[in-house]
Amino acid sequence: MIDFRLDRGSGVATYLQLVHQVRHALRLGVLQVGDRLPTAKEVVDKLAINPNTVLKAYRELERDGLVAARPGLGTFVRRTLGGTSGADHTRLRAELARWIQDGRATGMDIEDLEALFAAVLNESFREDTA
Amino acid sequence: MTTILRATGLAKRYRRKWALRDCSVAIPAGRVVALVGPNGAGKSTLLHLAVGLLRPTAGTVEVLGEPAGHSVETRTKVAFLAQDKPLYDTFTVAEMLRFGRQLNRTWDQDFALARLAALDIPLDRRSGGLSGGQQAQVALTVALAKRPDLLLLDEPLANLDPLARHEVMRDLMTAVAETEMTVVLSSHVVSDLENTCDWLVVMNGGRVQLSGDIDDVLRSHRVLTGPAELAGGVAGRLPVVEDSRTERQATLLARTGPQAPTLDPRWDTRPVNLEELVLAYLRRPESAALPRPALAA
Repeated sequence: MIDFRLDRGSGVATYLQLVHQVRHALRLGVLQVGDRLPTAKEVVDKLAINPNTVLKAYRELERDGLVAARPGLGTFVRRTLGGTSGADHTRLRAELARWIQDGRATGMDIEDLEALFAAVLNESFREDTA
Repeated sequence: MTTILRATGLAKRYRRKWALRDCSVAIPAGRVVALVGPNGAGKSTLLHLAVGLLRPTAGTVEVLGEPAGHSVETRTKVAFLAQDKPLYDTFTVAEMLRFGRQLNRTWDQDFALARLAALDIPLDRRSGGLSGGQQAQVALTVALAKRPDLLLLDEPLANLDPLARHEVMRDLMTAVAETEMTVVLSSHVVSDLENTCDWLVVMNGGRVQLSGDIDDVLRSHRVLTGPAELAGGVAGRLPVVEDSRTERQATLLARTGPQAPTLDPRWDTRPVNLEELVLAYLRRPESAALPRPALAA
């Protein structure tokens, strides 16, 4: 069973932290199809958070088709999240390596490149979630 | 979404001082509500009016669809934990429970005994001889054993150490998970409420300044940082809660709505956290964000 943690200073909404942790566990295979998620009461007992927050996280996972609630039984994993396929991974990696070489050629150092990558990455996801 | 507590144009005057004035708010059932505001904002007065311990000078307050404190039925369904003296010092814990049982038809003695046993609180000890944390736990047990639909707590975490705060909040949240009751808790420490409440009510100077689902409220505000000469244009388009400027740079906390606004690329936009949002509103008493009447019903 997944064990939720809370990063109280992170500024990320609590229900999103729970969603991310389930998605992460699905990606890593820690959670598999048929596994039961902890009940709201079990999570509340451990983290002292609002049960509505847990239910909200589970509803979001349910909407994405990752889990399903079975009344009286609990919430169960319906499908896992694989990463990208091997071929996609290789292609993206090569493109990124080319991008990094390009950046270094213009005189950017490792911190410049990291900052730029992080900024664009955040921007891209912020647009998605906004 | 049913409304469990509704104040309309509520006002309360103590002698010459107005504690509440034109205070309106609607709290949906099933929520855990953070009632925040500085000392003297009117939080305690609102809670006392909601249980019927005070009478309004003007306006109305309804609980479970009836005027507050009106009938025995509603009083049975509402529990209130006052801030200062929740227990009788000379009563033993067992006597406090007997007192609660005599006064409340819906009293759940098994629950009360099980909870106190789990907390290792001796029944034969006088309330006055318990630690601050234990007193808070006994008071909360009495309030919960009443099995209320609406639980009002005035500063339940004041004077508790961090461990006791965590335990009180955890047990309160567990009770919410089990019973689906509505909880309203007041505090002037916002960080206490961050992970436990899902509805925010900000009070300031005797009225309600902001009321809404916490995630929705946070999603619809943003902090914008950009060149000072562009700030006027943005402030003309978006409701700005707080505006601080240096010669060159402006930082605006704006109510942008859930969608990120399209702005000049020189603006940097970031989300807002609960504490800075509450502080921004409290520093600007003239800013208000209440649901439109159509949505409040």
